[in-house]
This record gives sequence, C-alpha cells and structure tokens, in this order.
Amino acid sequence: MGNRNVEEELIEDFDLFDDWADKYEYLISLGKDLPSMNEEKKIEDNIVKGCQSQVWLTAEAKDGNVFFEADSDAIITKGIIALLVKVFNGQPAGDIVNNNLSFIDQIGLKDHLSPNRSNGLVAMIKKMKAYALVLNKA
Amino acid sequence: MSTILDIEKIRSQFPTLHKTVNGKPLIYFDNGATSQTPQCVIDRLKTYYEDENSNIHRGVHTLSQEATAAYEDSRRKLQEYLNASREEEVLFTKGTTDAINLVANGFSRSILKSGDEILISSMEHHSNIVPWQMACDYTGAILRVIPINDEGEILFEEYQKLLSTKTKLVAITHVSNTLGTINPIKEMIHAAHQINIPVLIDGAQSIPHMKVDVQELDCEFYAFSGHKMFGPTGIGVLYGKYEWLEQLPPYQGGGDMIKNVSFERTTYNDLPHKFEAGTPNIAGGIGLGAAVDYLNTLDWKNIQIHENLLLDYATEHINNIDGIQIIGQAQRKAGVLSFVHQKAHHYDLGTLLDQLGVAVRTGHHCTEPLMHRFNVTGTTRASFALYNTKEEIDIFIDALKRALKMLL
Repeated sequence: MGNRNVEEELIEDFDLFDDWADKYEYLISLGKDLPSMNEEKKIEDNIVKGCQSQVWLTAEAKDGNVFFEADSDAIITKGIIALLVKVFNGQPAGDIVNNNLSFIDQIGLKDHLSPNRSNGLVAMIKKMKAYALVLNKA
Repeated sequence: MSTILDIEKIRSQFPTLHKTVNGKPLIYFDNGATSQTPQCVIDRLKTYYEDENSNIHRGVHTLSQEATAAYEDSRRKLQEYLNASREEEVLFTKGTTDAINLVANGFSRSILKSGDEILISSMEHHSNIVPWQMACDYTGAILRVIPINDEGEILFEEYQKLLSTKTKLVAITHVSNTLGTINPIKEMIHAAHQINIPVLIDGAQSIPHMKVDVQELDCEFYAFSGHKMFGPTGIGVLYGKYEWLEQLPPYQGGGDMIKNVSFERTTYNDLPHKFEAGTPNIAGGIGLGAAVDYLNTLDWKNIQIHENLLLDYATEHINNIDGIQIIGQAQRKAGVLSFVHQKAHHYDLGTLLDQLGVAVRTGHHCTEPLMHRFNVTGTTRASFALYNTKEEIDIFIDALKRALKMLL
C-alpha cells in the first residue's frame, strides 16, 4: 500500500545520519527544497489548524491521482510536510487514505515527530487524507 | 556575579533542575509558564497523601481535623505573606485564570450594566481578556484597552484619559508574561481610586520575582497561581478586600459554600468559604503553604539583584546576535526575555533549542492582541527564575547560535 519506493528511500536517507542534528539538517534541507506556495493560495481555507507555525496545504486530482502543494513559515514544519508530500504525491486517493505512515517510525525521528509534540503532524496528515477523500468522491 | 546568592545551594533544592533532556543537562528557561518545585514542597505533598489525606471542614474525626488545620494554616501563611489584613481575604482558587473568572462572574451578575466599562491593557494575557469579554457579552458593558508604546510600556496619560465614571473596574497585569514589563501598578491603582474605581491585578508573573504587599498596593483584588511560585499546579489565590468579597455573589454553588440549604432557600457561608464550593485542592493548598515557607527563607533583595543581572546579561548577549530583535524593552522588567529573528521562525528555534537541552517557550504566549500590536506571529521567550545562572545563559546563547546556523 502507498508509495513504498519513496518511503524506503526516505528511510535509507535518514539512516545515513547518526545524530539528531544531521537528521534535522536533512529535514531542514527538505523544507528548503519544497517550492514556496503562491501567496494567493495562502488563504484561510488552506490553513492546517493545530500547528504552532502556519501551514498551508492544497490538493488537486490529475488522472485519478492526488497532488499536494504545501508551505509553512517555519522551516522544520515545512520539512515535515515536505516528507508527507513526497510520500503522498501522485498516489491514488484510496492509497493516501489507507497509508498508516509507518515510515515515520523508521526514519529515527519518532520522538521528534511524535503526535504529542505541537508540530501539527497529526493535523497535516488529517487534512491531506481529508483532501484525498473529497477528491476521491469528486 | 552570582556570589550574592548561594545558587548551588538553591539549585540543590530543585530535583528537576538536575535532569538531562535529549542527553544534555536541562537548562530550564520556561519559568514564566511553570516554575520548578523545591523538595520541601514535594515532601509536603507526599506527607499529605501519606499521613493526612482526608476531606476538610466537615469531618469530626482526627484525620479530617488535621487536614483542615493544615489547609487553613496555609491560608494564614498566604495572608501573612501578602500582608492581607484578614485571612478571609485569601481565597483558594485553581489558579490565576480561575481567580479572574471568579471576579468577572461576580461583576457580571451584580455590578455591570449596559454601557459600563472595564479597562484592561494591550499586554494582558488571554486570561485577563476573555473573562471580561464574556462579562461584557453578558451585560452589555464595554471593554476598553490602554495602549502601550513600542518599548512595551503603558501610556499612563492615555490610561488616565480612559478612566471615567463609566469605568467599573481596572484589570491589569503586574508583570507582562510576554514582555517582562513591570507596570506602575501602584500609580495606576492610585489614579483609579481618585474616582473610586476598583482595581484587579493579575499577579501571575510578579509573585515569583518580588514581594507583594496588598495593603501597600491598596488593590481591591490580586490574583496569582501556585505553580509559577514554586508551588503545586491546580492551586492559586484570589486576594480580595473583605468588603468587595462580601459584596460579590458566590461564583459556584455546592458543598462547603452554604450555611443552610432547603429546596426553598439557601443561605451562603461566610468568607472565604462562600467562594470555595466543593472539595478543594487540599493537597495543593497545603503544598502552596510549603511554597510560601520556602519563599520566606529567601533573601528577596539579593534575589532581585541576581535576577536583574541575569536579565541584563542575557539581553546584552542576545543583542549581539545578528537579526534578533527583543520584543519588550521597558525600563523596568522582570524575568522575561522575548525575541524574534528576522529569518528564523520561533517554532524552529524552540524545537532546536529543545534538542540542545534548553527549554524555552515559543508562540503567542496567550497574548495574541499583543502579538498584533508588535506585528509578529509569535516570539521565542526565555523566562528566568531565581535558580538560573549566568552559565546557563552562556549555554543558551551558544545553543541559539547553533540553532540559527542550522536554520539559515
């Protein structure tokens, strides 16, 4: 289920780093690499609620697959959403909804990406899955 | 520096300060949110549960009477600590928020009318804004806001202009949790009293940094929390002048706050019990008494010197970092250093500082209107307590530089 190749690549990438700082630097670089969203898309409707930083997220369907665009004013948060965008982009809506995102536990950032932290991870996943559900029905 | 106090001795009394976080010694700079707890308070809570646990006020048995005595003894300790004229003026609450809600609820139901005004400042915590908005919604009263300057100080002349016969209460923070500003509350209380307006002071951030004398201040109400003054969580205090507490209706109904109950009519208990419905946080109240005992052992004059040195030292070093702007540059400040970086987001800084063992707070600090005033979405806030050291600030500054290097 899901985009196994991308997930495995991410696990391998993060595996290269031993300490937290390198992992964070990689996350930050993913955030920097994610293209910025056009300002006109940064509207209230596209905001992911529940993040301490601002996160915007949009989605569209092309040929039955879902494509996300995301941005954040905090770079670590942007790195986190970039991970999710990498995994979800171009996937069928059903696969997105059913993906349990087990890769997060395997990239060695489990403590850092725990749902108890105020990083908005849960809210981001929820909104991405909600978009997929809507696009699936459309 | 630091020789004026035996900091090592003080630190040895706080177990949490000796733990490691993410493999590094904890640097705890989130004291504005919650202070750490000294061993004597922890021991007192433990003794209560091991030795005295029972319900208070109504029990005829020995255990209940011992617990009641300990709980009421705490009230007397707080009365003395605050220099309140009578112990009935000290109400136990869940905390500052609960205390302010108690007063706002009483004002809504007995004093405020449509067109009346409540006066607060631009730097209030949400807990000294929202209860008044709710009171205004309920009564048709109007919330007025005293403006501040760019340094984060109240514009006193504007305050005086806003005071009028329509003003039914001034509710103002003693020390800003976001800016650190120490407000000139004595002068503000005096100005309000010139036209017989009562004043409530939010003392959540001042109590851990200075001795407060409610009679000297002459405020009608003073609210604060136990967990910011080295006491337990879930307990706080509302000091209120006796005649004002007599005048306000009860906040919550239930056991302990009544004299007689029938289905036709209930008579309410005397102060302070009129405002303490239900089984209170007994352990918390007793633990707060132990925190007051602890505070009474401290040399406040030297603690203030120590804390001012810490704040000055941190301010000087943070000002040397490119791109940083301190939010809140009042002449008189206590305990708080809030800042923004022109490129690095506060969430990113807080996350990386945590990895480096430094606990700070990030975000709007429950002062969203103040964030709008300074045109920022949030800040990174380091808030200090008497047990912090210059060496910890050095580690914090190094960690901050490393975090910025990673982010930029």
